[in-house]
Amino acid sequence: MIIEAKDPQIMAEVIAAAAADGRRLGLQGGGSKIGLGQPMTVDDQLDLSGWRGITSYEPEELVLSARAGTPLADIEVALAAQQQHLAFEPRNLSGLLEGGRVQDQTLGGVVATNLAGPRRCTAGAVRDHVLGLSAINGRGEIFKAGGRVVKNVTGYDLCKLLTGSFGTLAALTEITLKVLPASETEETLVIAAPDVSKAVQQMAEALGGSAAPSAASWLDGKIFLRLEGFGPSVRARRQKLTDRFGAAEVLEDAASRDCWQAIRDVKPFHGRPGQAVWKLSIRPSDAPALLGRLSELEEARTFLDWGGALVWLSLPAERDAKAGTIRQMLPLGGQGWLVAAPLAVRAAVPVFPPLLPALAALQTRVKASFDPGFILNPGRMGF
Amino acid sequence: MEMPIPDPAVLADRPRLVAGLLGILPAEAVIVDQQALSVYESDGLTAYRQPPLVVVLPETTAQVAAILRLCHQLKVKIVPRGAGTSLSGGALPLADGLVLAMARFNRVLAIDPVNRSATVQPGVTNLAITQAVQHLGFYYAPDPSSQIACTIGGNVAENSGGVHCLKYGMTSHNVLAVEMVTIDGEILRLGEGGLDAAGYDLLGVVIGSEGMLGVVTEITVRLTPKPETARALLVGFPSNATAASMVAKVIGAGIIPAGMEMMDRPAIQAAEDFVHAGYPRDAEALLIIELDGPAVEVDHLISRVEGLAKATGASSLRVSESEQQRLAFWAGRKAAFPAVGRLSPDYYCMDGTIPRRCLPEILETIAVLSRQYDLKVANVFHAGDGNLHPLILYDANQPGQLDAAEAFGADILRACVKVGGVLTGEHGVGVEKRDLMPDQFTEIDLCQQRALKDAFDPGRLLNPGKVFPLLHRCAEMGRMHVSGGRLPFPDLPRF
Repeated sequence: MIIEAKDPQIMAEVIAAAAADGRRLGLQGGGSKIGLGQPMTVDDQLDLSGWRGITSYEPEELVLSARAGTPLADIEVALAAQQQHLAFEPRNLSGLLEGGRVQDQTLGGVVATNLAGPRRCTAGAVRDHVLGLSAINGRGEIFKAGGRVVKNVTGYDLCKLLTGSFGTLAALTEITLKVLPASETEETLVIAAPDVSKAVQQMAEALGGSAAPSAASWLDGKIFLRLEGFGPSVRARRQKLTDRFGAAEVLEDAASRDCWQAIRDVKPFHGRPGQAVWKLSIRPSDAPALLGRLSELEEARTFLDWGGALVWLSLPAERDAKAGTIRQMLPLGGQGWLVAAPLAVRAAVPVFPPLLPALAALQTRVKASFDPGFILNPGRMGF
Repeated sequence: MEMPIPDPAVLADRPRLVAGLLGILPAEAVIVDQQALSVYESDGLTAYRQPPLVVVLPETTAQVAAILRLCHQLKVKIVPRGAGTSLSGGALPLADGLVLAMARFNRVLAIDPVNRSATVQPGVTNLAITQAVQHLGFYYAPDPSSQIACTIGGNVAENSGGVHCLKYGMTSHNVLAVEMVTIDGEILRLGEGGLDAAGYDLLGVVIGSEGMLGVVTEITVRLTPKPETARALLVGFPSNATAASMVAKVIGAGIIPAGMEMMDRPAIQAAEDFVHAGYPRDAEALLIIELDGPAVEVDHLISRVEGLAKATGASSLRVSESEQQRLAFWAGRKAAFPAVGRLSPDYYCMDGTIPRRCLPEILETIAVLSRQYDLKVANVFHAGDGNLHPLILYDANQPGQLDAAEAFGADILRACVKVGGVLTGEHGVGVEKRDLMPDQFTEIDLCQQRALKDAFDPGRLLNPGKVFPLLHRCAEMGRMHVSGGRLPFPDLPRF
């Protein structure tokens, strides 16, 4: 059954009733990420998408609050009108995921999945921009955390914990974000770099220097460096990079924006039915060796984002999508998520990185501290 | 300050605890002598003192794990301690508790310029990280004013900020991973490897948890490329309201300065009397606006901010033309606390955050309260991110003034919450603001935080008596008290 709840009070009553009966609830916003995460079995779906609307936006405070069901597109339009943006560049994975439509992406879903785009390596993830929130835990209690100011250390930072928790701890109802000025100018330098080791080294040098690119990606033997900021600054920094790395092709304005939207949304892997797409989080310096190992896999395609800290991998989605092999290949501390694959494959393998026993036990206790009956999105993160 | 009632069984069992500790650590790392223990009886919030049951100085993660297992087994409370510079009493000991002093974890373990990170032990000072990496063109961005003394472990516990937070973030935005020991002695790595970690973001919630969820034994921080250049503007205004509107205009123009500091008239006069920084004595409010980045960018933005200042009605305007001049602009601001300390036998520093637009309103509220309590106040303010540091002047030798100062301070923090702000922007809750938490959070909010605490530490042995109000409300509250003009750490700049 799909239960539509029009406000937090009703949501809280539904969750409290489900907790009392031990009924498992699937939490759903716009449904754009229904194909993401471990498939789960629930008794009822709780539709949260009706609770929508920007509740306050003060551009000069760099703060925006909105109900969790607010379409992301509405927020982006409101921000753009004030030359501001979400610095974490929320991804739109609808080109990869089964059954999701881009226009349905909600703020709640963006925060619940913490999927940050190319600027993540310089500006932080979604979790770095959530200042406060209201939510309903698995006991059906409405609670808040954080605040509506950009600097706050009062109490535990539950905002970070709830960001990326895939609705397994609480149903988000309202979120306050730190927003930032959008850049006045942007352009992208495209530098030939067929060798991955050299590419990672050059991206590290650029990201660690005063040219301060906001994003660095490596795709089809080319490095893409995005420069953002005020016009004179962007021109000066372009000069620095071309002095160091030689002549580069320059993508300006719309071309630059299109380029990074494609990287953000993993467009190079769009239109490949039957594929499995992996997101591998590693240290940039481990990227060349990992790419070498991954190239041994049949029909594997890869590209790098976040200066090499993120490897996107596409390969045929047969059986277990090579989960065991890929996770074996990861360097120390590396983690692999199966982002997109047919339902049967996602049901057959751990979609989220497996945890060591002590950490898994702690995470389960954390889950229980919010949702003691394990009724919210049970199994979505593997537990 | 009311603290949890000491457990007589634990006090009586001290010999067994000490014997157990001596099985883990060399004798010189277990402090039991009363005089030696008194060194640890307080932190930067010196109004409160309590010698601990015992102090230990481990130097390996394995030792920390063994100590925690022992304490867990014997039900002994633990107060972790870095340099002890907390202004909120985060490291205040307990009569029946062990102080786990992390001072010997003082090594920089690895510097990784390619991945722009450094891995250090928690007892390394904040500034020492920058010193260890600056030859590579990097620095560690969060810069609490106590950075020459405070440790990175303490920064992680408190989620410390600094002057440059608005542009570069707090500790939680600049830490990539930690190694943490749980109360039952498990060694966990949180946030290991790349930028995204597996499972829930436990790293995010451990940072700022004031030593109540685990003991951090290793920290990997993000390194930031050193800006090519920095310049500052010193701008006087005829009123607090015009200065506040200038702050809004700068942000509204899409400019995020590296730092944007404000001082009110009493703070300007005190600073000028003390260090003769060349501040405009006729101004009602002063802004220091610092811009950093490539020289071309900084010059471009300086001229834009100059234009905004003129349009806003600035009464004076100077732009730094040299590094020496930039530092001179900052000298008065950095000396503001000791400068105010010269005006009064004691002062008391608050740390609330407000939405910036409420600045004129909150300053008016403070002025009214100042008359009501008959105590003077000077205001310094991290204007860019709305973090207010009112300094209440009082004389502890005058009967009733201490109580009045504390009540005044609590009223300021309540006023911050009332306008949509929070109790603490960077100093932490500790014991200082513990009893004001119900002014900001509902019972359910606090219970959810407590439930999380219990998931990490069901026996509530890690740093009890901090952050959460004790079961019954405590009327007595105290904060950063400065007696006879002496700061707890007189050599540290406080801003």
